[in-house]
Amino acid sequence: MLIGPYTGIDVGTLVLIAVLFVVAESISTHVVVDVKEAGISPSSAVALAAVVLVGPAGAAVVGLASCLAIRRQGLVKRAFNGAQFALAAYAAGHVYLLLGGTVGVPGQSDFPGIVLPYVAAVLTHTLLNSALIGILMWCLGVTRPAGAGRLRWRPLAALEIASVGYQMLGLAIAAIWGAVGIIAPLLVLLPLFIARWVFGQQTAEARAHEATLATLCQAVETKDYYTRGHCMRVAEGSAMIAAELGMPAERVQKIRYAGMLHDIGKLGVPTKVIQKTGKLTDDEYAAIKLHPTRGYEIVREISFLDEALAGIRHHHERLDGRGYPMGLVGMEIPESARIISVADVFDCLTSTRSYRKAWSVEDAIAELRRCAGSQFDPRMVEALVRAVSREGWQTPDIAEPPGCRYGATERPDPDEPGAPVPDLPAEVNSPAEEEKTTPVAESTSAGAVTGGQDR
Amino acid sequence: MTQKQSEGAGPSGPQPGGPEGGALGHQRSGGPFWRTARPFRALLVGGVGAASLAALVLTAAAGFDQPYVALVFCLVIAGGELARITLPGNRESAPIALAGAIAYAFLIGLGGEPSHHTAWQVVAVVALGVALGELPHVAVGRSPRLEDVARRVLTALLLAAAFRPIVEALALTGPSVAVALLMTGTVALAWALDVALSAVLRAERLCTRLRVALRDEARAQVATGGAIASSGVLIALACTVTGLVGLLVFLAPLLVSQVAFRRHAEVRRTYLETVRALSRVTEVGGYVENGHSRRVSQLSHGIACELGLAEAELLELEYAALMHDIGQLSLREPIAGGATVLASPREQRRIAELGSAIIRETGVLDNVAEMVRRQCEPLAGDGDEGVPPLGSRVIKVANAFDDLVGENGDAERRAAVVERLRMDTDSEYDPRVVDALSRVLERR
Repeated sequence: MLIGPYTGIDVGTLVLIAVLFVVAESISTHVVVDVKEAGISPSSAVALAAVVLVGPAGAAVVGLASCLAIRRQGLVKRAFNGAQFALAAYAAGHVYLLLGGTVGVPGQSDFPGIVLPYVAAVLTHTLLNSALIGILMWCLGVTRPAGAGRLRWRPLAALEIASVGYQMLGLAIAAIWGAVGIIAPLLVLLPLFIARWVFGQQTAEARAHEATLATLCQAVETKDYYTRGHCMRVAEGSAMIAAELGMPAERVQKIRYAGMLHDIGKLGVPTKVIQKTGKLTDDEYAAIKLHPTRGYEIVREISFLDEALAGIRHHHERLDGRGYPMGLVGMEIPESARIISVADVFDCLTSTRSYRKAWSVEDAIAELRRCAGSQFDPRMVEALVRAVSREGWQTPDIAEPPGCRYGATERPDPDEPGAPVPDLPAEVNSPAEEEKTTPVAESTSAGAVTGGQDR
Repeated sequence: MTQKQSEGAGPSGPQPGGPEGGALGHQRSGGPFWRTARPFRALLVGGVGAASLAALVLTAAAGFDQPYVALVFCLVIAGGELARITLPGNRESAPIALAGAIAYAFLIGLGGEPSHHTAWQVVAVVALGVALGELPHVAVGRSPRLEDVARRVLTALLLAAAFRPIVEALALTGPSVAVALLMTGTVALAWALDVALSAVLRAERLCTRLRVALRDEARAQVATGGAIASSGVLIALACTVTGLVGLLVFLAPLLVSQVAFRRHAEVRRTYLETVRALSRVTEVGGYVENGHSRRVSQLSHGIACELGLAEAELLELEYAALMHDIGQLSLREPIAGGATVLASPREQRRIAELGSAIIRETGVLDNVAEMVRRQCEPLAGDGDEGVPPLGSRVIKVANAFDDLVGENGDAERRAAVVERLRMDTDSEYDPRVVDALSRVLERR
């Protein structure tokens, strides 16, 4: 008995299950949930039912049948899939037998004793499947070496738990197989396909949501040619920092959205102030200073953003308490705001404005580091530096706006958090502003960054 | 509308969840509770409540058959009720509770031992479980929608009333193909009845047509209903073989389905919330009057319900109405007073086209973009494109009405504005839409 045991295999059952498995495999393109390349496939519930009904050898045959699935797929991939399912099912079958499970339609006396070996079989099946796919990916060099160290385990874990939940259905199929035969899998698979369909809908809708949000943010930016794409880049930058700090994926996503929406309140600032050339009056400064609060008022009803809302409201606060709107100090500033603030200034520095050219990434990083502690949270700055050095930074590709040259206007973008350069002290000219920022503004040319941030 | 405003100030209406959420602050009539605007709902809730009470009393008097089993099912139902979810369209659902209730109504045996509980006992157990599960919700102020709770109990009641006598008559004890088919047939029938009932409730609530509501409900409940019903039948069948352990094990997969439903509903709600919030950028930017977009969307929703639009179209209309002025963002300066109805036709068209271009950028809201693009066309349409879509005509009327009445128009002014719109019905406004508008206003 080389790969036995062959006792207890009912040929009719085997054929039915195999057909069922192929059908399930054919219908289910894997559902993508959060993580790429992973998904819940209802067919594994059938494979697990096969473990109970026809034992390891039978389950292996059923698993191998998956290469007959009707879908567009290369021969090699088919063979791999078949072999993978066969191996996983065979191993799961032996674990099941080892822990005292019995092959065949389980009777009333088998419960609840059968549950433990079945769960062990499910776990074996899941682990082996993941391991085999992992090895394949590794051999093909698909997985990035950097990703291996800090794999985002939370969504993966959620997915695995969900799929284990699904596979418990295999036991249901097996339990009522004897009594109601082919109706059993129909009853079992219906909710699975419904759930799969819902997941699909949800993915599509989430994508639609993202697209709508991005478009509306960009629409807001049409007021100023130079800030095009700013919100998307700040969103990316904030997400990079948040991910670098090891935040859970869900929170990273929230911070990404908050980064995208951080300047939405600029809509409340009259166009003529935003596009004004020359000095701003006190009133106009006051109008500009209102924009984080305005933005918060607009988005506060988006309940899923919850704590990231604070990031929009406070993204102009400074660690030394000289920011606005509330003048919060140090760690009073919400974490999300400290993240967005760094990403915001970084993108401003590295993009072109009407009154200056873009800074290089290196210069911008040096500037951020210089202001870390007074304006920025050093942790966020270092996280950004690490993330940018690994993943790079997409600088805006606008070289020159239509019909306008650098320096044609004298005044920086009212929201410009960073960067007025030495020949442009004009923008810190308002008296109150002058008084507050003099020590920094005078220190070096780049000191104006901090002065600029004050606005 | 003023009365509505003062009421809408507090968060008294239904939660702004589904498409019709915030769009419909239902008037709570001030009179005694029996003078309700929704008699069907009152009838349903009252009837089910009375039946539950009767069932509890009767069962308590007769004694529970297999009390431990009853207790376990009761707890499962309570847990499912505790984990109830709000599905798109502001529909409350508790898949696990309902599946547990169905399974208990269908339970013919437990690990080889036949079950003989009566239909009354099923109702009592379900009602008790539902009440237990809702208690914590009520304690923290998240009261359920009574009619949805009543529908769940009613489903269990119908199933039990239909199935329990059959069990006794045919002395069913074990699963077989015939039993499985019988259960499936019964549950399908109950599903159809439930859909019909919820359609009546929906038509009553939204003042829309019954046929439209029926289609909407059937479409919305086919997925959840299928998952719940098949799980319920599966559990009932499996428990005959596996005993109570089967109940707990086989609830796990339904839990996964519930997670899927919940997340889908969340994404949908978030989407709507985002569009609602961002539609306010035009107000904050000083382009339109405060609350204009939201008022237009509420009014459009009321009119569209009156005209019998289906749920999916209502959702698109709501998006379009919320974003109908977004093209103004591209203007350098706000137009005077923000009222587009007073702007020149050329200006109006430009705003509509700019807005539609922005919305089209998303790549997913093409119908919405089309509605926004054609929102200011006269009744016969511009050029050779023919009559603009109904959504555009509705937005045109709602927008004109809100621009002319403003935030605090009194009844007299509103009537005058409707008359003014009616005078233009031969060329500008769709007479059907204006009629619907006046009916909506009468109800407020």
